[in-house]
Amino acid sequence: MFNQYALHHAWLIPLLPAFAFIFVGFFLRRLPAVAGFVSICMSLLSFILSLGVGYGVIARQITVDNPLVQKIPWVSIAGFQADMGVYVDPISAMMLVVVSLVALLVQIYSLGYMRGDNGFGRFFAYLSLFAASMLGLVIAVNFVQLFVFWELVGLCSYLLIGFYFNKVSAREAAKKAFITTRIGDFGLLIGILFLQILFGTLDFQQLAATVPTYVMQHGTALLTIVALLIFLGPIGKSGQFPLHVWLPDAMEGPTPVSALIHAATMVVAGVYLVARAFFLFSVLPDAMAVIAWIGAFTACFAASIAFTQRDIKRILAYSTISQLGYMMLALGVGSVTASMFHLMTHAFFKALMFLAAGAVLHALPEKNDIFTMGGLRHKMPVTFAAMTIGVLAISGIPPFAGFFSKDEILLAVAQVSTPLYTIAVVTSFMTAFYMARLLIVVFCGEEKPENQPHEAPLSMRIPLIVLGVLAVIGGYIPYANNFGDWVRFGAAVHEGIDFSVAATSTVIAILAMCLAWFIYGNGMVRSDKISRRFRIFYKVSFHKYYIDELYLWFNHTFVDGFGKLLYWLELHFVEAILIKVAASLPVKLGNVVRKSQNGNLQRYGLVMFGAMILVVVWLVLLNPLFNGVAGGAY
Amino acid sequence: MIGMAHFLTVAAIIFAIGLYGVLTKRTIIGILMSIELMLNAVNINLITFSHFITPEALTGQVFAIFTITVAAAEVAVGLAMVFRVYHDRNTVHAARLDEMHW
Repeated sequence: MFNQYALHHAWLIPLLPAFAFIFVGFFLRRLPAVAGFVSICMSLLSFILSLGVGYGVIARQITVDNPLVQKIPWVSIAGFQADMGVYVDPISAMMLVVVSLVALLVQIYSLGYMRGDNGFGRFFAYLSLFAASMLGLVIAVNFVQLFVFWELVGLCSYLLIGFYFNKVSAREAAKKAFITTRIGDFGLLIGILFLQILFGTLDFQQLAATVPTYVMQHGTALLTIVALLIFLGPIGKSGQFPLHVWLPDAMEGPTPVSALIHAATMVVAGVYLVARAFFLFSVLPDAMAVIAWIGAFTACFAASIAFTQRDIKRILAYSTISQLGYMMLALGVGSVTASMFHLMTHAFFKALMFLAAGAVLHALPEKNDIFTMGGLRHKMPVTFAAMTIGVLAISGIPPFAGFFSKDEILLAVAQVSTPLYTIAVVTSFMTAFYMARLLIVVFCGEEKPENQPHEAPLSMRIPLIVLGVLAVIGGYIPYANNFGDWVRFGAAVHEGIDFSVAATSTVIAILAMCLAWFIYGNGMVRSDKISRRFRIFYKVSFHKYYIDELYLWFNHTFVDGFGKLLYWLELHFVEAILIKVAASLPVKLGNVVRKSQNGNLQRYGLVMFGAMILVVVWLVLLNPLFNGVAGGAY
Repeated sequence: MIGMAHFLTVAAIIFAIGLYGVLTKRTIIGILMSIELMLNAVNINLITFSHFITPEALTGQVFAIFTITVAAAEVAVGLAMVFRVYHDRNTVHAARLDEMHW
C-alpha cells in the first residue's frame, strides 16, 4: 500500500530535492527549462510522498506518543552516539506536507517570476537545496541531525538573500542574516552540548524519557539555563526580539524566496524546534514564561513597526515576525496544538500574500513603495482576490484559516495570563489595521497613470489560486477534523471555540479594518494629519525603534573600539616588544652557532671524532653499568 | 709471546695515524689514503678477534674480505670524484673546498 511505502521510505522526502540540487546545481545550470522541470518534478514527488506519510500517520494511528522512528548510526565514538534517521509523528508529518507543498508551489511560481533571469538554474538549485535541508530538519531524530540541517537552511537563506549578489544591499542583507542568526545558533550549540553532558544522549526519544526524572532529582535551575540557551537558536532563526533585525532586510532576495523561506518555512524552524523539544521546555516553568513573554513582545513590537512602513515586502516581513511571535506565545503558554495550527495556516496565507506581492512587483518593476501603487484591482483581479483572502485570513475574520488558529492561540493565552492575552488582542487589532492599509493602498483608490500593470502569467496564478483556496479552508477543515487530537503535546485538549474570545477578536479585527478604510480608503481622516499629531510615535515606528541604529552604534563604539584598542596593543606592545625580542633571539643565537658551520671538511671530522671520544669516555668512566662490563672483560 | 693485545695495539696505532691523516692532510688524495689506513686497522681488529676468540669460525676473515672489496669500490668512486673536483675547481685542497656552508 502506498502509505506503507511512504512511511518506510520517508527518508526519500529530503533526498529527492537533494538530488535535484546536485543535478541542477552541477550539470543543468545553463539549461533553464530542464532545471525548472527537474526541480519541480522532484518537489512534486516529495510532496506526494509527504502526503503518503500524512495519510499513513492517520491510517496507522501514529500519534505523538508512539512515533515511527527509523534510524541508522551516523557518528559513533566512545561516549557519543549520533544517528541519522526519520522521526514520523503527526507534528513532523504536518510539517512535511506544509513544507513540501509550499516549496512545490513556490517553484511553480518561480517559473513565471524568474523567467529570463540569468541565474534561473542557480535559483532552482538553491530552492531545491533549501527544500532538502528543511525537510531533513523536520524529520530529525536528534539534536545533531537537527543542528546540521538547521545550519544548512541558514546557508540556503544566505545564498538566496544574496541571490542578486551584484547589488550591494543584497550582499549586506545576506551577511546580516547569516551573522545575526549565527549569534542565536551559538547559544543553540552550547545548549546542545550541555544536554549531551547532562544526559549523555541527544536522541529526542531518549531525552524525553529521561528529562522528567532528572528534573525530579536535580531540580530545574541548570536545565532552565540550558533550555534558554537552546531557545537562543529559535530567537535568531524565527526572528524574535532582539535578533529580528535580519528578517526585514532579508526581503532583498527574490520574492518567491521571501514567500518560501522568510515567511512560510525556514523562519518557523525555530517554532518547530521548540515544539520538537517541548518535553524539555514544558517541565521548566521559567523558560516557558520567557518564551511566552518574548513571543508576545515580539508580536506586538513588530506589528507596531509594520504600521508605518511603506515597502510592501517589509510590511509583510514585519507581519511575519509578529505572527512568529504569536506562535512562540502559544508555545510559551503550553499549547503546541495552537502553535502548530497557526504555523500551518500562516504558511498558507503568508505564502499567498508574498506571492501576491510578488505578482504586484512583477507587474510594477522597480517599485516597492505602496503609495506609488494604487488601483491595481482592475488590472490584476486574481492577485487582488488572493491578497484579499490573505488579509482576511491573517486578520482572523471567520471563516478564513487564520480565524481558527488565531482563536486557538488567544484562547490558550486567555486561560493562562490576562496581560499576555491583552497584548495578543492589541496585536491582532494592529495586524488587521496594517494589513487592511496595505490592501487598500495598493489595490483600491485610483490608478496611477504612470503604472502599466498587467495580470500575472499562468504559472504564477496557479500557486496563488491553490494557496488562496488553502487560506480559506485550511483552518476550518483541520478544526473540524480534530487537529488537536493529532498535533499535541501530552493529553489532547478539546477547546472548541470560546465565543467570547472569538467574538472579541473578530469585532476588533473588523473595527481595525474599518478604521483603515476611513484613513486610507475614503480619506475621512487624513493619514498625514495623524502622523503629524503623533509625530514622535510615527518617527519611532517608522525608524523601527532605532534598533538597527542602536546595533550599529554598539558595533561602532564597542566592537570597533575594542578592535582599535587591540590594534594599538598589536602595534605598540606585541609588535614593538614581543615580536622584536622573539625575532632577535634566534638571530643572535644563530650568529653564535653558525661560526662552527664553516664548510671545512676536516673541522667537521675533528668535531665528530672528538664527540665520539667524549661519548666513549662518558660511557666507560661515568656509567656504572659499563664499568661493571668493562671490569668483567679485562 | 705475541698475544691479542699486541695485535690490537698495532691496529689502534694504525687507526690513530689514519685518523690524524684524515684530519690534517691538505689534499683530498691524502685524506682518501688515510681512510684506507683506518679501514685496514679495522680489518686487523676483525681478524684478531676472529683468530683469538672464535678460532673455529672464519667470520672475521670473511668480513675483512668484504671490507677490502667495499674499500676498493669506495676508492674508485672517491678518486673519480676527486678528478671531477679537480676538473671543476682546479684544486684538490680540502681547505679550499669549503663552499658548502652558510
